[in-house]
Amino acid sequence: MNLRRDVFQAIADPTRRAILLLLASQSLTAGAIASNFDTARPTVSKHLQILTECELLNQEQTGREIYYHLNPKKMKEIADFIEPFRRMWDDRFNKLESIMKNYQSKK
Amino acid sequence: MERKTKINAENGRQDLVITREFDLPLDLLFKAYVEPEIVEQWMSTKVVKLESKPHGAWAFETSDAGGNVVLRMNGVIHEFVPEQKITRTFQMENTPFPVQLEFLVFERLTDETSKLTMQIVYKSPEDREAALKLPFAAGINMAHNRLEQVVKQLI
Repeated sequence: MNLRRDVFQAIADPTRRAILLLLASQSLTAGAIASNFDTARPTVSKHLQILTECELLNQEQTGREIYYHLNPKKMKEIADFIEPFRRMWDDRFNKLESIMKNYQSKK
Repeated sequence: MERKTKINAENGRQDLVITREFDLPLDLLFKAYVEPEIVEQWMSTKVVKLESKPHGAWAFETSDAGGNVVLRMNGVIHEFVPEQKITRTFQMENTPFPVQLEFLVFERLTDETSKLTMQIVYKSPEDREAALKLPFAAGINMAHNRLEQVVKQLI
């Protein structure tokens, strides 16, 4: 069985985050992406492979070139992973607020 | 629905900021952080110790429905300025999570409203990501457990 790559592991790497940022505004070929980094081309290729495997990037063949672009659906999933953490605090604070409102009216 | 509690967690940093505005006067908001019986209610935990003063210690204990202690948390209160700020450490016992530093700032907005800004500093960006993922992971576990129960009833 092929182990699915962890999306959060994928975005923990600073180079991979930089690649995602770069592709946020435009689709680029592997060569064009690599020219933005000092790292060796095979290293960038490896990063692209990881990002593609966890579906953060899509590949699109245009003529002879392969363009990489962001998969907005998967990116949204990452943004949403903070949501349970936010909700946990929101629930606590809602509770605090209602308890103290009762406290106030009892005074 | 309006999102009253906001989380600001910038990429690659080892801290995050939680902000919340309350329909409560400042003194009541602050009281909710100081009175052990009130803390117990909204944090859903038992307050073992809460010394609200500079260099005071605190300890909470959370139990499951069967009364077994599932989580112990403790820390030290470094700064304590009534109705202004609490600076404290937070650590979960018997977990691999390193201690975190929390800066709580309490502000008056109007006579009837107030604001809490809570900055949490983690040991590293990776530790922050792990902490952020905890409720996310717990949610998945809960869904998984429910699924398990349903499957058990089927067989």
